[in-house]
Amino acid sequence: MTRPTIKPRTNWLGLPLERVEDEALLRGEGWFMDDLEPLPGIAEAAVVRSTAAHARIRSVDIAAALEVDGVLGVLTGGQVGEMTRPFASVLRAGLEYRAAAVDVARYVGEPVAVVVARDRYVAEDAAELVEVEYDPLPVAASLEAALAEGAPVLHAGAGNNVVSDRHFAYGDAGGALAGADLVVRTTFRHPRSSCTPVEGYGVICHWEGDGVTAWSNFQGPFTLHGVAAAALGIPISKLRLVSPPDSGGSFGVKASVYPYIVLMALASRMCGVPVRWTEDRVEHLLASSMATERLTDVEAGFSATGDLVALRLSLTDDVGAYVRAPEPATLYRMHGGITGPYRVRDVEVRSRVVVTNRCPTGLNRGFGGPQLAFALERTMAVAATRLGLDPAEVLARNMVPAEAMPYRAPAGAVYDSGDYGACLAEALRLARYGDVRDEQAARRARGGARSLGVGLACVVEPSASNMGYITLARTAEERAGGPPMEGNAETVTIAMAPDGSVRVGFTSTPQGQGHRTVAAQIVADVVGVAPDTVSVMPGADTAVRPPTVSAGNYSSRFAVTVAGAVHTAAGRLAQRLRLIAAPVLGCAPEAVELIDGAARGPDGPGAGGVPEVAVPLRRLAGAAHWDPAALPEGVDGLALTITYAVPGLDPPSPDDRVNSSAAYGFLADVAVVEVDTDTGEVTVRDYVSVHDAGRVLHPALAEGQILGGLAHGLGAALTERHVYDGDGNLLTTTFLDYPCPTATELPVPVTAMIESPSPVTPTGAKGLGEGTTMTAPAAVANAVADALGIEDVELPLTPARVWERLGRG
Amino acid sequence: MKPPPFRYECPASLAEALALRAEHGDDARPLAGGQSLVPMLNMRLARPAVLVDLNRLSGLGRISADDGHLEVGAMARQRELERSGAADTIGALRDALPLVGHVATRNRGTVGGSIAHADPAGELPLALLTVGGSVMAESSDRGRREMAAADLFTGFLTTALEPDELLTAVRFGAPGPDEASALVEMAPRHGDFALAAAAASLRLEDGRVVAARVAVGAVTDRPVLVDSAARTLVGHEPTDEAAQAAAAAAADAIEPTGSLHAPASYQRHLVEILVARAVRRAAARAGIDR
Repeated sequence: MTRPTIKPRTNWLGLPLERVEDEALLRGEGWFMDDLEPLPGIAEAAVVRSTAAHARIRSVDIAAALEVDGVLGVLTGGQVGEMTRPFASVLRAGLEYRAAAVDVARYVGEPVAVVVARDRYVAEDAAELVEVEYDPLPVAASLEAALAEGAPVLHAGAGNNVVSDRHFAYGDAGGALAGADLVVRTTFRHPRSSCTPVEGYGVICHWEGDGVTAWSNFQGPFTLHGVAAAALGIPISKLRLVSPPDSGGSFGVKASVYPYIVLMALASRMCGVPVRWTEDRVEHLLASSMATERLTDVEAGFSATGDLVALRLSLTDDVGAYVRAPEPATLYRMHGGITGPYRVRDVEVRSRVVVTNRCPTGLNRGFGGPQLAFALERTMAVAATRLGLDPAEVLARNMVPAEAMPYRAPAGAVYDSGDYGACLAEALRLARYGDVRDEQAARRARGGARSLGVGLACVVEPSASNMGYITLARTAEERAGGPPMEGNAETVTIAMAPDGSVRVGFTSTPQGQGHRTVAAQIVADVVGVAPDTVSVMPGADTAVRPPTVSAGNYSSRFAVTVAGAVHTAAGRLAQRLRLIAAPVLGCAPEAVELIDGAARGPDGPGAGGVPEVAVPLRRLAGAAHWDPAALPEGVDGLALTITYAVPGLDPPSPDDRVNSSAAYGFLADVAVVEVDTDTGEVTVRDYVSVHDAGRVLHPALAEGQILGGLAHGLGAALTERHVYDGDGNLLTTTFLDYPCPTATELPVPVTAMIESPSPVTPTGAKGLGEGTTMTAPAAVANAVADALGIEDVELPLTPARVWERLGRG
Repeated sequence: MKPPPFRYECPASLAEALALRAEHGDDARPLAGGQSLVPMLNMRLARPAVLVDLNRLSGLGRISADDGHLEVGAMARQRELERSGAADTIGALRDALPLVGHVATRNRGTVGGSIAHADPAGELPLALLTVGGSVMAESSDRGRREMAAADLFTGFLTTALEPDELLTAVRFGAPGPDEASALVEMAPRHGDFALAAAAASLRLEDGRVVAARVAVGAVTDRPVLVDSAARTLVGHEPTDEAAQAAAAAAADAIEPTGSLHAPASYQRHLVEILVARAVRRAAARAGIDR
């Protein structure tokens, strides 16, 4: 089937073009991890996992497993200990984390051994025959248990389950609290959840000689590439990472596949064959990656008129059994903007990292944002209620005004642009806020079993992480001892073929976001060609295109870093085309316009009497390829590679301030809920989300991100949480027990965009993939609290829990 | 997520299937629609030595009405029954069918399989119990017998079927004049296992209840008839107050086990809410369908 030819024009960015990714996916012709068959004779692995949450491993008996017909080998945790170094971490606190438990298992589901067999059936049969003897140790399967007096210590080398405890002060929060008219003191809990992509982890490893090729759905950040190579004791260049063309989603979760890359590399090395491991759903829920559970103790001072004058936050994150890089980044990702959209200047923050006998945490959509937003936005709503003010007014009066942009927040974030007040006003208008309040009053007067509530949430949504923010986990003195770390960069290769078509490559490892579509739009605009002449390869092959350490698909960095890099690379290519065209057109290079697949000079005869006013790019490209000797000075062909680093990102300052992200969007959400006071059921009747993410690159994709983020946010708000029993067993290992909302449970939100272009990025765009995941739990919780007239609401707001809050339990 | 080894048998006749049943007893598991059994196999929660696939048997998919019953062959797909219209007059069954999983699983899942699986949260077992149904069971040695639904469900995923028996048909009681039933549940999402479910069947004479059944599912190890709740209804008009009294009696009689999503106290509360709703809906139907 042929695609309809797109008519040439110049401003492709901002148009909702059809996604070039879709046709193959809709036809079932996508290539996912489990479809790959890059080599013949790939064996399959099954992972033997710890059934104990905390136990010394006395023995691992593999004899019976090895006797099963079709088994090629069994790798034990002890061997993993001999063959690898511990994974590197920003915290050097005496914690050793490896791809499998060596002497001590610290969470249920931790790999203990790997069985390699001719197929997965045999591998699972043999895995059952691996006999592990555990000497149980006392278990700390919750934050409370890990922090309790006399709690079992997970890592003797760390001496304590609190493996990091940092204090930050900006201004005088104590003084400001003392002078406040109202101080809200509350503790908020954000439970463990996970983003549950349809496709779990997948790895194929092939060890050859002194290195390994790993096909996997790893998504970056490629700092972890180095972490994996170092664990294997090989140079980064000897660990070739290749990603499949398509991904069944990640939402951050697949960053944490890297320990399995190490594990399967060892298995392949041991057995001498390529080894595939495809994670199943139980494994995924049990042992892949979860968002941190966080306790946030808030002390927030307000004036009688609702001004937030002081903020003291104590954040306590449960990162699970190990500090698996990039943790404890959940604590610091939002740090520069820890004050959210509010102007408060006097701030204190305490950030603690706690290890527990639970699955290690890692990237999950929102990454630190939902935890912070829930505490901040609940606090603002509680303050409004206690002060007898309308929460919308309290939010509005505290917001950073548009004229203050760019705004330097106390902890160091530089909010680059945005009209927060306009977003909130638009959200309230779209939600018919006044009418809903009237309806609410009428219902309250009438009584009945369906209570109406309205909740607001406003969030500053960071995009493109500063790789240096994580070093805030170290003190300034500790940081001073090492090399500076900062930035977010992407390497892009772009080339024009002899026929004028363009190829672009970078390492953004998309998982459905439509990077190919948008990159083609950017190139089309800058080089003056139609998007369907631009082919984009956004996947990883580190042997072909070495990535930057910050490459990958996380922190909503595409719209900032990757789009900026593509724009920059396309600009360089365009400049070369102008240099080639100038003599042909008889004008200066800067006078050449690239448009509709041609280079055009100024109207009228050229300066040198050259008659041509336009020359097709394919002619210039053909000449460049076939007559390279004739290229003008400074033009060495039409293929180039650039590395673009987002400006304005520095390492943390000695006084612990950091611009933790490159750009900052904003969103204002309104949730209208009905609560059935007979059953405790919460129904989200209306949801409004208004965003300012700078220039919108592709409105349909932007809308898709908002909807997808909302699905995760509403899941966390209403149904999703991981539950461990006191012995550290995870009770939520299937989708029966971990219920994610499906399309039929989700409201169709009203969305709108306000565009305040970013001065930081070449396109003016900012990321927006995570905002509604941050806002929705807070907005819905505020709405339920409003409906019921209570302060104590805990996530997720399941019917049972709401019913208990109604005092009926 | 791969099953342990098992022997696969695909008999072409009922006699052959029954012979395999007789030969292997509890070591054999019949495979009907597979919507529960196959995930249990893959998670290695079920480990039968022999799998007896019933999908090639003919004659077990008939849906027919006779002398006050709707007889559904064990291998009739849930979706077939739903679309046939045959269940439309049996309120509790009509209510139950759309709640069984999702369309895609109902296309494959069978009525008999769901009954024989005896999941405590299963909607079809609850409906069968409520409308006074029965099942037909067959074995090589003893031939065909009928067993009342009230005697069938003996525990968690357990029935009174003998190891050599196959469930061959399910008989739902059709309502007489002035008789109606209803089934309601509460689930976290559509198609999920219910947090609690309730159903009621009423027969009216001169506006008063002369016979009633109240059943509760998903809160104990099996669906159960709550006679004490039914008794409160008999002799009374099916008013909201009567429904509430029956609900209170049911909540009093049931000892919910509690689940991850619904602690026992909440399940007990839901039993009360849902029994009241089921009785009210059945009463309304008994009036309308008169």
